[in-house]
Parts: sequence; C-alpha cells; structure tokens
Amino acid sequence: MTFLGMPARAPRGVGHLRGDEPFPVAARKALANPQLRRNLHHATTTIRDKSGRVVAELPDWQELRSAGSALKAYTMAHLPELLEQLEERVTAAGGIVHWAADANEANEIVTGLVRDTGEQRVIKVKSMATQEIGLNEALAAAGISPVETDLAELIVQLGDDKPSHILVPAIHRNRAEIREIFLRAMPGVDPGLTDDPPALAGAARRYLRETFLTTRVAVSGANFGIAETGTLAVVESEGNGRMCLTLPDTLITVMGIEKVVPAWPDLEVFLQLLPRASTGERMNPYTSMWTGVTPGDGPQNFHLVLLDNGRTAVLADEVGRQALHCIRCSACLNVCPVYERTGGHAYGSVYPGPIGAVLSPQLTGVADNASLPYASSLCGACFDACPVKIDIPSILVHLRNQAPHPRTEAAVMRAAAATMARPKLYARAQRAAKAARIAGRRGRGLPPPLNGWTASRDLPEPPQQTFRDWWRGR
Amino acid sequence: MRIALFVTCLADTMFPAVAKATVQLLERLGHEVVFPVEQTCCGQMHINTGYQKDALPLVRRHIKTFEPYDVVVAPSGSCVGSVRHQHAMVAAGEPGLAARARSVADRTYELSELLVDVLGVEDVGAYYPHRVTYHPTCHSLRVLRVGDKPVRLLRQVRGLDLVELPAAEQCCGFGGTFAVKNADTSTAMLADKMRHVLDTGADVCTAGDASCLMHIGGGLSRLRTGVRTVHLAEILASTEASS
Repeated sequence: MTFLGMPARAPRGVGHLRGDEPFPVAARKALANPQLRRNLHHATTTIRDKSGRVVAELPDWQELRSAGSALKAYTMAHLPELLEQLEERVTAAGGIVHWAADANEANEIVTGLVRDTGEQRVIKVKSMATQEIGLNEALAAAGISPVETDLAELIVQLGDDKPSHILVPAIHRNRAEIREIFLRAMPGVDPGLTDDPPALAGAARRYLRETFLTTRVAVSGANFGIAETGTLAVVESEGNGRMCLTLPDTLITVMGIEKVVPAWPDLEVFLQLLPRASTGERMNPYTSMWTGVTPGDGPQNFHLVLLDNGRTAVLADEVGRQALHCIRCSACLNVCPVYERTGGHAYGSVYPGPIGAVLSPQLTGVADNASLPYASSLCGACFDACPVKIDIPSILVHLRNQAPHPRTEAAVMRAAAATMARPKLYARAQRAAKAARIAGRRGRGLPPPLNGWTASRDLPEPPQQTFRDWWRGR
Repeated sequence: MRIALFVTCLADTMFPAVAKATVQLLERLGHEVVFPVEQTCCGQMHINTGYQKDALPLVRRHIKTFEPYDVVVAPSGSCVGSVRHQHAMVAAGEPGLAARARSVADRTYELSELLVDVLGVEDVGAYYPHRVTYHPTCHSLRVLRVGDKPVRLLRQVRGLDLVELPAAEQCCGFGGTFAVKNADTSTAMLADKMRHVLDTGADVCTAGDASCLMHIGGGLSRLRTGVRTVHLAEILASTEASS
C-alpha cells in the first residue's frame, strides 16, 4: 500500500515486466529475423491447429468458458476472504505462509528461506511468477544457483536468453540452435550431440536427473491454490515439475494472489479448459497437488509466498481487472497475428502477446509500458480463443484511453474531433483532403508520422467529388 | 423500406463509389434511401486510439443524427461495430445518452446484415464477371458475427467466380492507427495477406470494409500486382447494364 492507501504497482529496477525499448522499435528488429519468423509461424500454427481440433470436440466448450469466467469473477470479488482461508488451511496442514507486497519482498523472503537451509543450489519448476519478479537474478546475487528444470526454460537459461512465450518459452529457438546452446553451456554434455530431438531431450534428461537427486530445495509457482482445502496445484507436461515437487526436503512456492480458487470442484472446470486451450491436449499429462506437509512423504518443509506485485492495483480497475482471470494458457498468443510475427521479446515483459499487452501495463502502471496497449490491431482473435473469456480488445481500448499520448498526436486528434463535430467545417476539410496530393505521384511519401503508411502502401487517388457533394447534386 | 445511410467518413471522403453503390443497390431493390447530412464521423478512430473524451461529441452527434430513423445501414463492419459495442461505453458519462446509444445501435446494420437478415434477400440481381476472393474483415467477423452472409450474397452474383482465400480469418494488419503506429508489424501482416490473395489467382479482392481494403489495395498497388480491391457494395450494385 502507498501512503494514501492506494495499492502500489510493481516496483521498477527489479523483475521482468518492463522492456528496454518501445514495442514498435523492438518489433522492427524481430521482424527482420527470418529464422525467428519461420520458427514462430511453424510453432503457433501447429499449436493452434491442435488446440482448435480438441476444443471443437467438446459440445459444452462455450458453457465451460462461461463457468471459468464466472468462477474467476467470483474469486476476484472475494479475494481477501479466500486468501485468508487459504493461509489458514495451508498453515493447519503444516505449511508456512508468507505475504509479499512486491517483487523485492518476495525475492527477499525466498532468498532468506533458501539461505536458512544452508543450500547453494535450488531446482525450479517452470513458473511465470518467479520470472516476473526476477527471482533467479536475486538468488544468483545471494550466491545461490537456480536450475530451471522445464526443458524449454532450461534452454532459455543455458542460452542466457529470455523466455518469449508463456507456455513454450524457447519457441524462438529451433533444434540446431538448441544443440549449440547445450554444447556450449550444459555441464557434462556429450560433445558428439546431434540436433535430433530425442538426442537433445536425452542430454537434458541426463543432466536434470543428476541435479534432481542432488538438490535439496525446490522453488515452484502454482496454477491453482484451493482456499477450501489449502491444496496447491501445478500443471505441466514433462514430469520434471513432479520431480521438483516431490524429491527435495524443502519446497518454496511463489503464487500470484489471483491464482486462488474457492473450492476443490472448481478444478473440474479449469482442468478441462487449460490443457485444451494451451497445448491442445485433452487431459494434462502431469497434474501435481499437495496440501501442506505429509510426514514421511515429499518435502518436509513447505513455504507458500503470496505475491501481490501490482495485482491489487489491477483489481481496483473495473474494466482492467478481467486480466487477472488469466490462467496462463497462451491461447491468445498462439492466435495473435502480431505475436506470430514479432515473437515475445518485442513485448519486453515475461508476459507477451495479447494478455501481456493488457497485464504488463496494469501491473507496472500504464506510463511504464505505454506502447503495449497499442501492440494490437484489435482483430479480436484473442477474445475468441480465451478459455475464460477475457475481453482483451476492450481492455486494450480502455488502457489506450489511460496511456500518455504524444503531444502532436493529441493535438491532431483534438483538431480532427473538433472538425468532425461541425458538418460545415467537416465538408471544408474533406475538400482540403484533396490536397493529399502533396503526397506526390501515386500517393507516395507522406510526412512523419504518416510516412509509416506510405512506406509500404500507396494512397488511393482522392476522388473528384465527395459522396455528400454527389448526393446534393443528384 | 426507408433506410438511412450512415455513409462513414472514410467512404464519404475517400471512397464515394462505395457509398453510391450502396444507394444504387438499395434503390434497385425498391427501397428509399435517405442521407442525413448532419452526420460526420462515428468516432471509432478516436475511441480506438485512446481519445474517448474527444470522441464524446462525435458519438453525441451520431446518436442525434440517426435517432429519428427505424433502419440505418453502413457499408462498414468496423463502424457498425463501434456503434454497437463502443458508443454506449463512451456515452456512459452523460445521463440518458447511453440508453439512446443502445437504441440507435439496435437499429444499425452492416450492409450484408441488412440485406440477408432484415430485407431477406441473397440474390440481389447483380452481374460481375470476374474472379473474386473475399476477405472477412475482423470486425465484421468477430465483432458483428456476420458469418457467411457476404459469401452467400456473392454466390448469387452472376458471372462471378468466387475463390476461397487461404487463412482468410487472419487480420490483414490494418487496425486503424495501428497501421501507422506499428507500421512494420502491420506491413508484415499485410505481406502475408497479399501472398494469400495472389495465391488465389483472383483479379479482385473484396471485403465489407473500405478501410481494410484501402490497406490491402494500397499494398497490392505498390507492388504492381494488378489485383484490385473492390468493396462488396460495388460488386452487388453491378449489373449487366452497368458493366
């Protein structure tokens, strides 16, 4: 909370919610990379076709979406009570609950907990929340090595790279690149490694199995936290998450506060929606659930860190709060024509694509991510694909209304509105529009910022007569 | 039927042929078309660019202009989309205006909706002897849900050879000010759309929005492909006598 009691945004200088450059600048670079374009086109097309097929199998898909949306809306309306209930149940089951107002607090809590164990290495389950807060960097600064165990996340970590997709963080890499990364950075790798996918997976398996058996602390995120029972759930496809959640002595889970769900039966809805919308699977391969500590079985020390980092501020916005309904399935990324061409890095945040364009600016405050609400043609494919019916286009428009506007643009827009509010002025302006011929032969070369149009498109020849002039004369 | 034409500022200023075609088509079908001259712009560009406050006077004017009419038509999916899904939101700050906005929205139709749903006609008696591919614009497809209405209309046009556009439902990259603010990404999307159009071997690419066609047509013209963009209204207005 700030001094006025208004909820705070995610702080600057920590974590990965802000890019180094505005979206159009970063996108321009990404668009010029043919390898990236090919990888993205292939991967997004494959996933969305697969997902489209299994979604079409369910006759009640629309009802499931509505149920998911209603459950999330209920949860957001009762968030404080549900979180307190979750804390009480986790504590009763032998876990310890910590509250982190922002990324700095969460990083301090987790670093302190690992330090208390005396261990110097942690294994990690793929987690968006820990990427968001920059936990790996915080741990490394404290002399603790985090090892990512999700295959794609490991590729990103070994490549000293950044994730570019929520579900498939190494979507921008192909197998030749992965082979090079492994040969360069994977401890104990076979120098004769080929780029055959099973060989690459085998190399990762050898390295990870050894790490699982020799590391005593794990850090995870959570897909769901059930308030009624204090049960945490992680959904993954490889089984590496299961290793992290069961083998070590200590498990530390960092969960965004919006991931709480009221009751156990609610998972019935989400575990149908999530795999079909995300990976295009009918049932999720590895669903791990645990409730506090079970003596003699699994981690004997369990800590749950509940993370705000701007979420309460998002909740305060009537239109924008829908973004908190996101279950991180990535369906919106896979259908987005902008994401398919620019990839995730252009968004500058760990949350790319359409959901990132509405979530990142709200977590940081719109001024810190002012170009993201504009990183969309408002085509609406994301809204149709979202398994919990988040109206992303409407949130984008809403955030554009809050974004700081360039001064010249604001003046032009104001003048245009003033002209269009008076039919006589409007008609005069229409005639002046013929002066668009200043653009020269065949409409090339408008002045900035309109040269963005004429760089790739001819302007139409201005007509001899407007419609209203024709109408008057007939 | 007496039908008020919501011409859209773009068609009025840059593509009067689209608006004239809409008038000629509806009159040929035996309806009376009126043009309320007080209309200017629906404010969509301002709303979608983040200028809702500046858009309010435009929304107010639009409501006042079209309130007296029972049926309003526009040759544009995105302008009708704005009237139907955005005007009440922009008008919310002014007592009573949102309800009036919803009332106008309920009587406002995109051209293919008017023809198929309201007038109950699919064969409009058109003749257009060309190979044509149809691009479903995003707002007609996903905001208005016009579905296959435009295609049903095109199938009845004599002489017209309709060819399916690959990846038709993908955005062409126009997106209003997106085309300027994110010109590079917009162009990358356009490049793929043009590739698909060219793959069909069509002479003409048609759609229900002059704005998207200005973008696609601008690209096709720049590359000297020889493929033209023609609005759906212009095809439906064409007859043996006019061609």
